[in-house]
Amino acid sequence: MIVNHDTRIDRRRLLAGSALFGAGTLAAPRMTFARAPGEKNLLFVLLRGAADGLALLAPVGDPALPGLRRAAMAEYESAQRADGFFAIHPALSEVGKAFTAGDALFVHATATAYRERSHFDGQNLLETGAQVPYGVKDGWLNRLVAMTPTKAGGMPPKALAIAPTIPLALQGKAPASSYAPSALPDASDDLIERVSRLYADDTQLSGLWNQALETRAMASDDTLRNLRDAKAAGELTASLMRGEARARIAMIELDGWDTHANQRGRFPRQARQLDTLLGAYRIAMGDAWKSTMVLVATEFGRTARFNGTNGTDHGTAGVALVLGGAIRGGKVIADWPGLGENQLHEGRDLRPTIALESVLAGAAAEHLGVDPQDAMRRLFPGRETAALSGFVRT
Amino acid sequence: MSKQSIALNRFGYGMRHSETAPSVLVRDPRRFLLNQLERYDPSPRLIADNIGKSGQGAQLIEMLRRGRQTRRSARRSAAMTMDDGAIAGTASERDQLASANLDTNAPEYVEARKRARRAYRSAVADRINVAVMSDTPFAERLVHFWSNHFSVSVENLGSQYEVAQHEFAAIRPHVLGKFPDLLKAAVLHPAMLIYLDQYRSIGPNSPFHYSRKRRGKRNETLRQRGLNENLAREILELHTLGVDGGYSQADVTEFARALTGWTLEGLARFPGYSESHGQGTAFIDVTHEIGPRHILGRKYSPGGAEQALAILDDLAAHPSTARFIATKFARHFAGDAPPEPLVKRLEQDFVRTGGDLASLTETLIAAPEAWRPGPAKYRQPHEWMISALRIAGVERLRDYRLFMSLNEIGQLPWRAPSPAGYDDFEASWAGPDALFRRVELAERIAHNSPSERVVERAQQAFPSALSDHTRLWLERAESGTQALALLLVSPEMMRR
Repeated sequence: MIVNHDTRIDRRRLLAGSALFGAGTLAAPRMTFARAPGEKNLLFVLLRGAADGLALLAPVGDPALPGLRRAAMAEYESAQRADGFFAIHPALSEVGKAFTAGDALFVHATATAYRERSHFDGQNLLETGAQVPYGVKDGWLNRLVAMTPTKAGGMPPKALAIAPTIPLALQGKAPASSYAPSALPDASDDLIERVSRLYADDTQLSGLWNQALETRAMASDDTLRNLRDAKAAGELTASLMRGEARARIAMIELDGWDTHANQRGRFPRQARQLDTLLGAYRIAMGDAWKSTMVLVATEFGRTARFNGTNGTDHGTAGVALVLGGAIRGGKVIADWPGLGENQLHEGRDLRPTIALESVLAGAAAEHLGVDPQDAMRRLFPGRETAALSGFVRT
Repeated sequence: MSKQSIALNRFGYGMRHSETAPSVLVRDPRRFLLNQLERYDPSPRLIADNIGKSGQGAQLIEMLRRGRQTRRSARRSAAMTMDDGAIAGTASERDQLASANLDTNAPEYVEARKRARRAYRSAVADRINVAVMSDTPFAERLVHFWSNHFSVSVENLGSQYEVAQHEFAAIRPHVLGKFPDLLKAAVLHPAMLIYLDQYRSIGPNSPFHYSRKRRGKRNETLRQRGLNENLAREILELHTLGVDGGYSQADVTEFARALTGWTLEGLARFPGYSESHGQGTAFIDVTHEIGPRHILGRKYSPGGAEQALAILDDLAAHPSTARFIATKFARHFAGDAPPEPLVKRLEQDFVRTGGDLASLTETLIAAPEAWRPGPAKYRQPHEWMISALRIAGVERLRDYRLFMSLNEIGQLPWRAPSPAGYDDFEASWAGPDALFRRVELAERIAHNSPSERVVERAQQAFPSALSDHTRLWLERAESGTQALALLLVSPEMMRR
């Protein structure tokens, strides 16, 4: 495909093909939340450190891009095109395949309500769903667990963090478990057996203990010592989300996205890791992929312009990814703000035009069969924007 | 739980392997605790010998600045433009080098990072070992409580050297002293000034800025050298009034202005103007925002370093602070939702004594609500680890092992995820995977510990409080080692 960098485009570039913006133009929810509940899986992947959206999905059709990132342009020469305007970073080959298959979509120029540039507060806001850092104590994903419908008489959906402790996004009233391979030597079977008996009289400890044993029994690979091997981590996550006792809502974190320098060396490594994890997860989910959605998000984007060491500093808008076997993929959702000098946020960052909260709430609600406006209100209270729709095939 | 078991475990860190119950514990558990306050050692040898000199954090930061300057001038001479970028306050150490546009792989930085990490690891080990060997474990718990209240972190390059200093020089001397002194020492210590970005906060109308504007340097780096509200906000929200304590954004900004000038000693920027305030802290008059300040309805006249100190004294004496501190203190000993009468009594004590922490602690000891028989708290990983090592009889675990173990069970000192410190609610700690890890670690500790008389030790460690069920399973263990592992993860060890 030929990409003409000089193509003149409308600033309002609606690639989604559906009306997405503002409550007034929002498509009426198609009552998707009325369908049979209880069968869906949701995985939230949090990229900690601010992943560079302009590198993940490069707007090669924007005439200003080469001026901002000349050193990076070569990378995208033979990269897969998402469409005539955006190119997928070459390290994201598995994501690219899913995109072609209609199993992945990108949302570009998206950001939470946070407009400062601290990782710390940005992540807090993305995880709690609050509008100000530390405004809310529990996580939006935990609140989503409580909202997720179950089959009549069924157990509430199991929630699991693929991490040593439960990250903020999954903390809250709804019960959640956590699992991560540890570097500690395995406890002997005999001790495990005896601890079960020791806790028999203790409701709390036996509950926690049985949950831990159950989660460990589900884990496919107990030779892992940590989550650094992306393929193994993807397969492990899938193994915990398949079968009868599976977790239906899960979360995994990938850190190291804070690419202040030498981005061309470090960013592809990060992207490949994400790609490997998602690819391994997709394959390992097997048939269950059809009923699975993966949401990938980061606390904020990075500066549009490369800095003096070919890296990027903390910015504002970036990219979110939605994957799954039943999503209406193969597209980029964006209201492209442009990269021209006067189009950038504070003269340096990609300007946010889509609320990330609307993406997360909308996609999760459609997928799980929850009322999208209710999801928006409870997961991300106080927002003026409505939940977006059109993520899931009907 | 018996009163004896409460004194040992809820207030302290449990009994040590070789210890036997002193008669005072049997006779008068409250006196047993008061005695510990009298014997408290604010500067234990182990820490005092290893603490090193203060100011190493500032040295590291200076090294970064020099490196940055060298590169900047090199680049300027090549007539290239650059985006200096905002230097993030809370990125990882590597990223801070990167964001300073420095080569993260340059040998001098690699070496500096390695040294800093080693210093941090050994500080963690010293802290744990002091508590493990202490015969005043209740006092050590108080140290850890206040240290967590004024939480600092090794997130920022340079702070690895300062966090242990912070606890040693700013927290330990004051845990039985006056809250206003503790507050001033803790928030103006280099560790806090680095952690919450205070050291580079500069008054927009300070003499320094005026002189730069005159020299026409307005555009270059001024945008990142202005007011930073981080410390001011956290003092109000986390250290004194509490988030609902009745302050506004205007109070935050005013307080931030008053705090300008407080920075690290040894930064090369303004050597002639730096006035030392001890412990590596300095006040630099030329970066202080000139003028009176209005905070929480009070006016503070212009006054350099004294201005912020006067505000801190007033914040310490604010009624919201008494309430906030009383609640947190009660929560740590009497349960996640502490009984209101206890909170009230602590609050009144705090107000009446002007924040006398010895008196506050004595009031806690005297309070019946703190002695309610059922377990009041789920032990956090850090306190479980200390208690486990004490009862197991492990003397001095190697720094690295200790560090990694704490990391695996999820609670390293000086690594709390936010300036609020580690939270004190059961929900954050009672997790399935976290429990499993304790079992894994318990077995490993048991394999490296004396394993005789485990049942007898358990009965001593939890006087009249060891359940028949636990005793039964300890007796049935196939070996002393297994019995010890089971004891370490018993319900009695998980809660206090």
